[in-house]
Amino acid sequence: MSNKRPETKLVPVPSVNKIPERDVDKSPILEAQHLGIDFGGLTAVNEFNMAIGRTEIAGLIGPNGAGKTTVFNLLTKVYQPTRGTILLDGMDTHNMNTVQVNRAGIARTFQNIRLFDNLSVEDNVKIGMHNAIHSGVLSSVLRLPSYWREEKIAHERALELLSIFDMQDLAGAKAGSLPYGAQRRLEIVRALGTNPSLLLLDEPAAGMNPSETAELMENIVKIRDTFQIAILLIEHDMSLVMGICEGICVLNFGQIIAKGTPTEIQNNPEVIKAYLGGGKEA
Amino acid sequence: MKRLATMKKSTRNNLFTYALVIAAFVVVQALRVGPGIGSMLEGQLIPICAYVTMALALNLVVGISGELSLGHAGFMSIGAFAGSAFAMALQDSVGLSPLRLALAMVFGALIAAVLGFLIGIPVLRLNGDYLAIVTLAFGEIIKSIATNVYLGMDGNGLHFSFLNDTMDLSDGGVELIRGPMGVMNSQRISTFIAGFVLVLAALTIIFNLVNSRTGRAIMAARDNRIAAESVGISVTKYKMIAFVTSAALAGAAGTLYGCSQTTFVATRFDFNTSILILVFVVLGGLGNMWGSVIAATALTILPEALRQFSELRMLVYAIVLILVMLATNNPTLRGFFTRLFRREREGADAGVRAVKGGGGHE
Repeated sequence: MSNKRPETKLVPVPSVNKIPERDVDKSPILEAQHLGIDFGGLTAVNEFNMAIGRTEIAGLIGPNGAGKTTVFNLLTKVYQPTRGTILLDGMDTHNMNTVQVNRAGIARTFQNIRLFDNLSVEDNVKIGMHNAIHSGVLSSVLRLPSYWREEKIAHERALELLSIFDMQDLAGAKAGSLPYGAQRRLEIVRALGTNPSLLLLDEPAAGMNPSETAELMENIVKIRDTFQIAILLIEHDMSLVMGICEGICVLNFGQIIAKGTPTEIQNNPEVIKAYLGGGKEA
Repeated sequence: MKRLATMKKSTRNNLFTYALVIAAFVVVQALRVGPGIGSMLEGQLIPICAYVTMALALNLVVGISGELSLGHAGFMSIGAFAGSAFAMALQDSVGLSPLRLALAMVFGALIAAVLGFLIGIPVLRLNGDYLAIVTLAFGEIIKSIATNVYLGMDGNGLHFSFLNDTMDLSDGGVELIRGPMGVMNSQRISTFIAGFVLVLAALTIIFNLVNSRTGRAIMAARDNRIAAESVGISVTKYKMIAFVTSAALAGAAGTLYGCSQTTFVATRFDFNTSILILVFVVLGGLGNMWGSVIAATALTILPEALRQFSELRMLVYAIVLILVMLATNNPTLRGFFTRLFRREREGADAGVRAVKGGGGHE
């Protein structure tokens, strides 16, 4: 319930018991404490506690309707939480809106793709870089040298980001005309354009075939290694989650029912029950 | 090379629009110097420029930022009244009439922009059609206010009164705005060249704005509000930039129009005018600037050209409008034009298709 900022923890609390080597001695990038939201009388998420290390890849899984996307919407302030605190790099995001949270370092992709369909692939990435470039209205209208300088930087940076997924040749194509998998990848590139410290991926592998998923897994790890950022992903594809996540958090009916490493989660009876249906004691 | 071919599409469109406007200007100027274009068309030249600018301004709001304004004639009205009053007040201090017109346009644009900003503060924070409702009311309010304003100038400075003429101007004083009588402007300082410059300026401002960081943010806010916010774009701010820019351009167009008439009244800029401008934009295509230029020109000339039908004039006008709308939405005709244009674009698009096809198989 408390909205006041707690004292910085000396011992990092990552989402798993095992801290990734790189993040030992560092405070977590994100801490959610007692997070919860009610819609009318319905409690969608309750007592959500999680911490993510600075370069950790964490997974958020659970059956359909468990509240996973709601957690993303809480973290990005699309919904204002009813209870609890979100600390981003130790900073309370209590009074921030979606725009400010993004500027503070959280970027996301969407379960149902939300690209700017009528604009080109390159423009989509440049829109992601909106706060990284600075030309104003006047310098744009008058085409001052600062405009050309900023546009040149933006263009080069956009192509560089697109090259992560080998998409630089598609820069001129309309975003809405891309195949499904490419649209998902473009959303990730656009999110990276905002220069985040935490990237939230909502079902990045949805609709991809096994070989595309395998490639995506490599790329997610590559993004983490290149940009040294934390990634939290929602995914139903267990090969992806178990393959790259260092810590996994399982949500069911808005409550966390398990946390741990992939191996621990796979053997957790609660998780098996949530996914496969009740056992004898249900 | 592939990137060039596709990137060029918007640049090519912009260049085409500039070329269209400049070519039209050159042809008309040549005809005026030579054989003449007839008194009917001659009298329509400046209104055409004003309405083309209005259509471009409204297209920035409706086509580029995706909001609906039903009161753009209100901004035109403000520009017309403020601008021509300003021009008359400057008559003695600024002798050069093009300079006086330019200053008046800047003044008209400024006043319109300030009012646009004030309207935008509460409305653009909301998501939905509220701007349409509020601008509709705004247009009517401006009309009522302008019908009741008296403004005069004499040796003691500016005099202002509302509802009744209580200005008591001293000898040699000039009445600038006379309530329901509107503006009686003996000096017509607007010229066709000034109108042409204004249209070009409007095009440059809009194209340069659209093709920049600001323009991308405006279009992002239009296409997907939630996604735009998720990448740190303040939707309200960028809708405001588009709306205020549009209001300013409409104000300048109003000044151009006001300074071309010997007299005009506030009811000239009513709801019908707002809708007429919206018709220009819709007919020309949302976000399509050269479409707006052509539609505004054609629909300004059309009623005059239909004078021979006397009382059937507006009926014929409506029928022509409906036929044009039907024709431009006809699949057969569209298919014909697509086939016609496809041939020249084939080379460029084939490259993109090949890359896309390859991407699908990865």
